[in-house]
Amino acid sequence: MKNSKYNIWSGIFFGVGIAGFLDEAVFHQLLHWHHFYDKATLSVGLISDGLFHAFSWFSTVAGLFMLADLRKRKIWNTKKWVGGIFLGAGAFQLYDGTIQHKLMKIHQIRYNVEIFYYDFTWNVIAIILIIVGVVLIKKSSVSDKKAGELHASS
Amino acid sequence: MHHHEQISWLGIALNGLLFLCLIGLYIVGVFVSNKKYSNWPLHRIVLWCFGIFCIAISLIGPIANNAHTSFQAHMITHLLLGMLGPLLIVFSTPMTLLLRCLKVPHARIVSKFLKGSYVQFITHPITATILNMGGLWLLYTTPLYHAMHSSTLLYALIHLHVFLAGYVFTASMIYLDPSPHRFSFIYRSIVLVLAMASHSILSKWIYANPPEGIAQFDAQMGGVIMYYGGDFIDVVIVITLCAQYFKLNRPINIRKNLQQS
Repeated sequence: MKNSKYNIWSGIFFGVGIAGFLDEAVFHQLLHWHHFYDKATLSVGLISDGLFHAFSWFSTVAGLFMLADLRKRKIWNTKKWVGGIFLGAGAFQLYDGTIQHKLMKIHQIRYNVEIFYYDFTWNVIAIILIIVGVVLIKKSSVSDKKAGELHASS
Repeated sequence: MHHHEQISWLGIALNGLLFLCLIGLYIVGVFVSNKKYSNWPLHRIVLWCFGIFCIAISLIGPIANNAHTSFQAHMITHLLLGMLGPLLIVFSTPMTLLLRCLKVPHARIVSKFLKGSYVQFITHPITATILNMGGLWLLYTTPLYHAMHSSTLLYALIHLHVFLAGYVFTASMIYLDPSPHRFSFIYRSIVLVLAMASHSILSKWIYANPPEGIAQFDAQMGGVIMYYGGDFIDVVIVITLCAQYFKLNRPINIRKNLQQS
């Protein structure tokens, strides 16, 4: 049980990191859709943005070190770990798309466009990521149980 | 005008001499240490030289000269002086070298100082963060930045503080030199994330609210340099912190696994 939680948390950490990295690399740097700073930003938005930026940097590194540790201890469960990634990335994207973009107005997904469709797609993708993550983790727990029963009966 | 030039040349000469002496001292230290102990690793000498070089070019030379008029150049000097220089110097473990070179009674005095309450106070992760980040907030959100350029004394003090606070902060996060006052990995991680966040917030704050006497575009670009430059150096601290933790934990984990099986 402890091992499975460790797998999931490692995935979540790395997932948050991936989401933060893609947001920065694709939407800020490559597409130039996101702006570095938006005049509408509330102070709390600036703080939240800074905290999440710092945490996503940290969690990318920590998540990968946890993965190395899992492999060293030979308890790496790929399905749980990948499930954690989807969950982490989805949760970060949903928070970014709802609270940070809309409530705190740190910046919009894209400027000078009909923003509703962008927001809608963004958040639907976030929810799909979360669902995929939860399903993967659930499935891996079921197969864990089966393996356990098999082990007990033999 | 002529008089002013003379002073600046004197400053360059004195500063240059100081940095050369620091590099020389370290190398002498390596020779002394090699007589008593196993050979001092070459990469540490290189790291020390690069660290001192970072500080040198942030105080003298073309970038430092531009920093008086361009905020972007100023930001580059601050990244070198307050972040990259201190990081390289922490990696070169000067305190270990010093303790190796000194005679036992002298080394005892140094280690007594390191164990003392003053060092304990300033190397506490939270104090170090406040000294480091608090200083920067003070510099850029008050008229201090503007005042710094009209007083040589203030300029020198602020730059000294930026370097020392950067060094103490880095050393409070990653333990390479003897660090008698240690904090857990989780504790340091949380403080580090908060410090990194405060750095990001300040850079966006500068982007939106230029310090007194700075043109808007210059402040914006300076903020961007601070934001992304800080990221690159911070990630090295994060990787080192995590690497130390997972390395340290290895024997315990193996022991646990052995007990379980």
